Amino acid sequence: MESILFYIFSGVSIISSLLLITRANPLMSALWLVVALAATAGIFALLSAPFLAVIQVLVYAGAIMVLFLFVIMLIQLGPQQLKPRFIRFGKIFGAALGIYFLLLIGFSLTSSTTMPAVALSETFGDPGVLGELLMTKYLVPFEVISVMLLVAVVGTVVLGKKKF
Amino acid sequence: MTSLGLLLSVLKVVVVMMMLLKLVPLLIWIERKGAAFIQDRRGPNRATAFGIIRLGGIVHSIADAIKLITKTDFSSEHANKALVILAPIIAVFVAISVSAVIPFAEAFTINGVSFQLQISDLNAGLIYIFALSSLSIYALLLAGWGSNSKFSLLGAVRASSQMVSYEIALGLSVVPLFMLSESFRINDIVASQGVSLLSWNIVRAPLAFILFFTALFAEANRTPFDLPEGEAELTAGFHTEYSSMRFALFFLGEYTHIIVGSLLVTMLFFGGWNIPYVSSEYLHHNIEHVLRLLSIGGAVFAALGAAGLFNRFVKRRGFWGDLRDYESFLFAVILAGLAAGLAAAVFALTGATLPEWVGSIAVFLLQMIVVLTKTLFFIWTFIWVRWTLPRFRYDQLMKLGWKVMIPLGILNIFVTGVVLLLTH
Repeated sequence: MESILFYIFSGVSIISSLLLITRANPLMSALWLVVALAATAGIFALLSAPFLAVIQVLVYAGAIMVLFLFVIMLIQLGPQQLKPRFIRFGKIFGAALGIYFLLLIGFSLTSSTTMPAVALSETFGDPGVLGELLMTKYLVPFEVISVMLLVAVVGTVVLGKKKF
Repeated sequence: MTSLGLLLSVLKVVVVMMMLLKLVPLLIWIERKGAAFIQDRRGPNRATAFGIIRLGGIVHSIADAIKLITKTDFSSEHANKALVILAPIIAVFVAISVSAVIPFAEAFTINGVSFQLQISDLNAGLIYIFALSSLSIYALLLAGWGSNSKFSLLGAVRASSQMVSYEIALGLSVVPLFMLSESFRINDIVASQGVSLLSWNIVRAPLAFILFFTALFAEANRTPFDLPEGEAELTAGFHTEYSSMRFALFFLGEYTHIIVGSLLVTMLFFGGWNIPYVSSEYLHHNIEHVLRLLSIGGAVFAALGAAGLFNRFVKRRGFWGDLRDYESFLFAVILAGLAAGLAAAVFALTGATLPEWVGSIAVFLLQMIVVLTKTLFFIWTFIWVRWTLPRFRYDQLMKLGWKVMIPLGILNIFVTGVVLLLTH
């Protein structure tokens, strides 16, 4: 049962990611990204982390992608912009990244040091435990990320102002 | 999972889904009759089934459903077909699947098999509801963009910006409840409220209730926040280009949203299935007395209703001049039969001891009735507000969302934290 679900979710996420990068219409790309994110959330749920899955849907699929779609809907998309875009630099950079990731996958498959299976504790994936970890062990990264988000918010407000 | 467990889960899914979908026609009837009551008119009262049954206009909902299903499904030639078809599906899917974590009654055990009318007891229960309902924005966005019409697009843009803004307020408003019950699980939140009225969240966190209920109106796109479908400037907003059953699916989604929202208010702030000052253990121990009392009350009310209807039948004889005259007589007979049955139940229950499982099921049904009664009250509040308050202006809406509700939500979290620190 679980493996069937895993194959369904991973299949959906791979296919929708492929569709995401091949669509000419940015709106369709964004929609396929939503599907890919939802499928990833399904995989999280299978890994007995329902809280993470739910947060993934809430934050990425529910909030961030809505804003993406919002912006895409509001900018005028004439036939000129809908043509497949060719950017030389982007292509080279993308190809380099792709080769890098392929090499990474290859290396990780060949040098497989099998991880020992560890039984999950009772409270694994429990929101309370997660919150406690965030507030004790990972407090500094957590706060640093908060500050970074604050900087982004302030930056947006500054850019949004008409006069500097 | 055992086969019994699997069967029970499938049964639960079917029952919960059917219950929600069957409440929608009823809700439409309440809306029409409520509007009529507030505007001092009679409301729907013409449609009949078999020429006799009118039920005060409930039959109208059935007529409506038949009309919508058999209507031509028209859509614009320039529309994006795939998106236009997808949008109403998302609307209904989200509205129904949200109900998966809502418990309708307390868990009970019969012969070692535990049962609760809740499809899944997630430990992230409430967050799951927020996550899924945040997906309902896609229905509006896709409908608005896909139908390739200015009205639809503007409606969709308004709707999505409104929902994104109020989602923040909605999320912030319930954080104090998490702090009070130390859990996201709806079962825990209900259990932490208990039977004492003073420990219900409406008393412990009144500001949270006001924020939550207000944000709920905005999330469900109901008046006074129904700007996405402002008729005067946008025709019908995101569903301008929709007709027949696809339009009805949006309608279904909106009303299911109201039902689920009212259920949530009941669960989070009004003690869920708890009856004030009557614990479920007390009900279990004295189930014979409770059932007998309820039967006496039910019999009295049914007899009074039968008498009233019979009086109406006698007074208005020949009013319509056809079968409709006999409707009140028919229902008087049914109610009289009900009264007689309940009276017989009173005598049968006197001195009898019921088996354990009957008691469990009776308590379960009682709790479900309590939940649905509270829910219906909040559904009525939705309708009451819709026909009482005028629509907001768009800048007022955004100001209220960002400059009033979100700061108040943050303040509420802070105050709750301080109080909890001081009292613990």
